[in-house]
Amino acid sequence: MKADPFQRVLFTVYIVVFFLYLLGPLAVMGVSAFNTPQYPQVWPIEGVTLDWFAMLFADQDMMTGLRMSIWIGLLVVAISVPIGLAGAIVMTQIQARVRSAYYLVVVSPVLTPGIIIGISTVVFWRQFTGQTGTRFLYDGVVLTVLGQASFISAYCMLIILARLQRFDRAQEEAALDLGATYPQVFRHILLPFLKPALASAAVLAFLSSFENYNTTTFSILSDKTLTTVLAGRVRQGSTPAISALAVIIVAATILGAIAYEVYKRRADAAAARRQRAALAEEEAELSGTPAPAMG
Amino acid sequence: MSGSLAFVLGLPLAVALAFFALAAHERRTGTATGPGFFQRNGLGVGLYLIIAVGFWAFFIILLPQLAMVDMSFRPKLPPAQMGGPKDVYTLENYRYFLFGSTTSTDAWNWLHIKAFLLTIGVSIAITVLNFAICYPLAFHMAQSATAARLRILLLLLILPYWVNEILRAFAFRVLLSSGGIINQMLMGLGLTSEPVDFLGADIGLYMGLSYAYLLMMIFPLYNAIESLDKNQVEAARDLGAPWWHIHAFIVMPHAKPGIASGCTLVFMLTAGALAAPLVLGGPRTLWFTPIVYDRFYQAFNWPQGAAYAFILLVTCIVFVLLVLKAFRLSLGEITR
Repeated sequence: MKADPFQRVLFTVYIVVFFLYLLGPLAVMGVSAFNTPQYPQVWPIEGVTLDWFAMLFADQDMMTGLRMSIWIGLLVVAISVPIGLAGAIVMTQIQARVRSAYYLVVVSPVLTPGIIIGISTVVFWRQFTGQTGTRFLYDGVVLTVLGQASFISAYCMLIILARLQRFDRAQEEAALDLGATYPQVFRHILLPFLKPALASAAVLAFLSSFENYNTTTFSILSDKTLTTVLAGRVRQGSTPAISALAVIIVAATILGAIAYEVYKRRADAAAARRQRAALAEEEAELSGTPAPAMG
Repeated sequence: MSGSLAFVLGLPLAVALAFFALAAHERRTGTATGPGFFQRNGLGVGLYLIIAVGFWAFFIILLPQLAMVDMSFRPKLPPAQMGGPKDVYTLENYRYFLFGSTTSTDAWNWLHIKAFLLTIGVSIAITVLNFAICYPLAFHMAQSATAARLRILLLLLILPYWVNEILRAFAFRVLLSSGGIINQMLMGLGLTSEPVDFLGADIGLYMGLSYAYLLMMIFPLYNAIESLDKNQVEAARDLGAPWWHIHAFIVMPHAKPGIASGCTLVFMLTAGALAAPLVLGGPRTLWFTPIVYDRFYQAFNWPQGAAYAFILLVTCIVFVLLVLKAFRLSLGEITR
């Protein structure tokens, strides 16, 4: 791109300001997590301490909330990925004339404010469990999983659908012609093909659930997750222990990103090796046999 | 209330029957192609598909929404009187939103109406602001950044979003507090003699909201601009089009679905935001979602809370429809 120097300078300034805005708040938390004053403070640095991390781990409510968040996240994955998969398969099979109505219904949770999903889940299940005598289901964990599953299943469906649209139905027909049963086709052809999409859907589902606040704060009832405990702490006042939590999350993210990058490079390298090997094999075969006559 | 239970169980059943009737009809008239549903999937997988999607569509999405709307038209009653003679449909909860309690002397319920209008107005302003902030970077990433640079930019963009919404709002509180680093810098430069009350003036809230949903704008924009053929931009440039012509007549029309989807997401998330207003709102801050929250857990008036939530939902739906209409798009094009 050829641009005059003035535009270039302007653009560089814009990029720098943009990322200052984006990362500045994180840097602020990063510094205040290690600074000694009681109130989170960046400057002046009065001393370096790890006390705030110790305080964080000693916080019983926070740790209970963390365990609860992980548990709910796993349950959401266990429900949303199968629902998203079914939703995507049905999308490709449903009668054309009702497809847009079906799409509207299942994608609507993505466009609905989170607090409304939380409210409606609580209102419905309070009535439903009351009327059917299944009061034990009216429980913070159950409601939170159901509420979060509404939109997280839709995320999963959209991810899986994107890959499903590239699926070649000829593979399925070939398997059926070779005598496979329907469950076998589903298990041995379709699921392996969708595996990468299922994995990304699972990761996204867990993370969305873990960090959700708007829906959870309504549907959790008297239980507590990490985000609801955190919201309570933040409203009570600012302490550097909260900054310490952010530092841990950012550090975990960077490690996760690096691990993913390494894994992906290795997978790419392995795939490239396999392809090279296959090409070499093919070439050897071709050179071994007489070249086919060109027509 | 046994009528509602029949409805809850009957609706999914009726829809399922309608589907099979439709399938049978298509089979008879010969418009259907390929094998039937169970023939194509097998019995086991077919049942799994129907049960999973049925449970999702009805028990997780539709019926809860209907229950909320239904409740919003009912009076607040003690549990014993529910389903009794006093449990009739009423517009009382909506009347309260507009005119306030019957004992108040004011003509309108200005406190809630103002909060509602402010929320909508600020959400629209933040949507426009985020579009203006994100568009140049999205264009750069999609059209001129090298692969290595793109990777770094993406990582830097995603990094803040693994941090929870509440923590992000908290960071702004630390940043903008009266002893915070911004005020220290302003005073150090001699721009102001005493700390500026960013949080009391709601500047913190607006910054935090804009910050919280930047990514929701940048990714749809990036995806949409990325699919534009670079040659089109080159051709326009070679033909002497000024830069704003290129953006207004080539890039933006192409990126329309991305722009619409980014704008809808940012608006909807901002209008429905709860964490940022709770953490960054000053004592006099008016935001609609905390009012909804208080209807439930301060006033303990669930029907009224449901009515307020429904008002918010309708507003969001209207906004999405208006955006679609303005951009001449269908829903399928913006949720990809």
